[in-house]
Amino acid sequence: MDQKTLRFAKTHEWASLTGDTCTVGISQFAVEQLTDVVYIELPEIGDHTFVGDSFGEIESVKAVSDLYAPVNGEVSEINEVVLNDPSGVAKDPYGKGWLVKIKVEPGTTLDHLLTKAQYDQQIASEDH
Amino acid sequence: MAQRTPLFDAHVSLGARMVDFAGWDMPVQYQGILPEHQAVRTAVGIFDISHMGRLWLPGPEGISLVQRVYTNDAAQLKVGQARYGLICNEKGGILDDVLIYGHHDGRGLVVNASNREKILAWLQGHQGTRPVSILDQTFETCMIAVQGPQALALVHGLTPADAAALPYYFSTETTYRGRICTLSRTGYTGEDGVELIVPRDLGPPLWADLLQKGAVACGLGARDTLRLEAAMPLYGHELNEEIDPLQAGLSWAVKWDKGDFIGRDALQARKQDPSRPVRVGLELEGKRIAREHAVVAKEGGPIGAVTSGTFGPTLNKVIAMAYVAPACAALGTPCQVDVRGKPAPAKVVTLPFYKRKRNP
Repeated sequence: MDQKTLRFAKTHEWASLTGDTCTVGISQFAVEQLTDVVYIELPEIGDHTFVGDSFGEIESVKAVSDLYAPVNGEVSEINEVVLNDPSGVAKDPYGKGWLVKIKVEPGTTLDHLLTKAQYDQQIASEDH
Repeated sequence: MAQRTPLFDAHVSLGARMVDFAGWDMPVQYQGILPEHQAVRTAVGIFDISHMGRLWLPGPEGISLVQRVYTNDAAQLKVGQARYGLICNEKGGILDDVLIYGHHDGRGLVVNASNREKILAWLQGHQGTRPVSILDQTFETCMIAVQGPQALALVHGLTPADAAALPYYFSTETTYRGRICTLSRTGYTGEDGVELIVPRDLGPPLWADLLQKGAVACGLGARDTLRLEAAMPLYGHELNEEIDPLQAGLSWAVKWDKGDFIGRDALQARKQDPSRPVRVGLELEGKRIAREHAVVAKEGGPIGAVTSGTFGPTLNKVIAMAYVAPACAALGTPCQVDVRGKPAPAKVVTLPFYKRKRNP
């Protein structure tokens, strides 16, 4: 995924829309905050997602974080590889470390999400 | 504003993630909890534990005062011997778990950072009419733990005294760079190793020496996963002022016949109460981590709560310590732990979860 084309949620998920499929993952910043991911819980195929609601969780030794859906839709694919080996998320968060693919309604946009520049600004003020 | 140990700059320059712990800015991790944990189990890791309280009580009055407040025997100690025990209040509740060090001319105490001021006040409040100096040496010294199967080899030659010649749980006064330091064969990881107490200004050179020799810097995150696998209690979790040493599984640290000590009568009474929850180890199915306060249930009803939980990297299992009703404490007892609203199947297992292989 070319990071410049991605949109970001304030809660550190990224989203990429192609046709009616939205791919979702978590950002490099989120990966660095978590470190040591030991467990990921993802929804089942067919589950519905709602913007801002939790669709799963990602757990490191230190803490667990909810994963928040950036779009409304229906889960069409989940990344089985990272389910079995959560370290894959840290290795390639924008590529092979994707989490779910969501089928969205026609006309769905990502305009409500932050651009990379806006997201980078947000994390610059968060990171101390 | 949080306190800093003399090694603060060293941690920051190593890229440590710092966190407030008991009012101190401490490294929680450098490269990551999992690799740091593995380094201690397979090679050697070092920990800055300068935040812990180091007290010195000189003379026979000092020995006598420690004996009065401490559950284990503080009098019958060989020179250099270290011993674990509890300091309790009049109700038998634990004020702190401490290590005492026997010297011919007094007693050293190493106490939890979070309890340093509490224990100082407790000692001062209970010296009665005896003149006892209670010296807080915390800010004059640095303390570094070197832990792992290669720890003894790593420190060989750093001091004239050889750590390998020390029996386990013994200490000795020796020198480092020509200045007096204490070397003890003690630790909080379940591995062999040492802890060094040096004058404050020698902390950074010692840390640098150890890193240069190949030790891996480890933070509080790995310190927690290591001690949990070894089932060592952590004050504020498995131990607090409402819990007594007996229900915590630490009756071996209570010496009834060493003489009176504060809390002894209350402990005798508590011993007669079989309803007190007791500490157990739990092994959970799956990978979701049960953390402090997670409710433990059996057949739909609550039987206790988790006090510490994590993913044990060496065991590759989710483990927890909990206090449960004694009727549910038998090994193998199946139960469920509520992990964020979903029950995780679990069972009571023997403690410790991990035991290092000892040399014959």
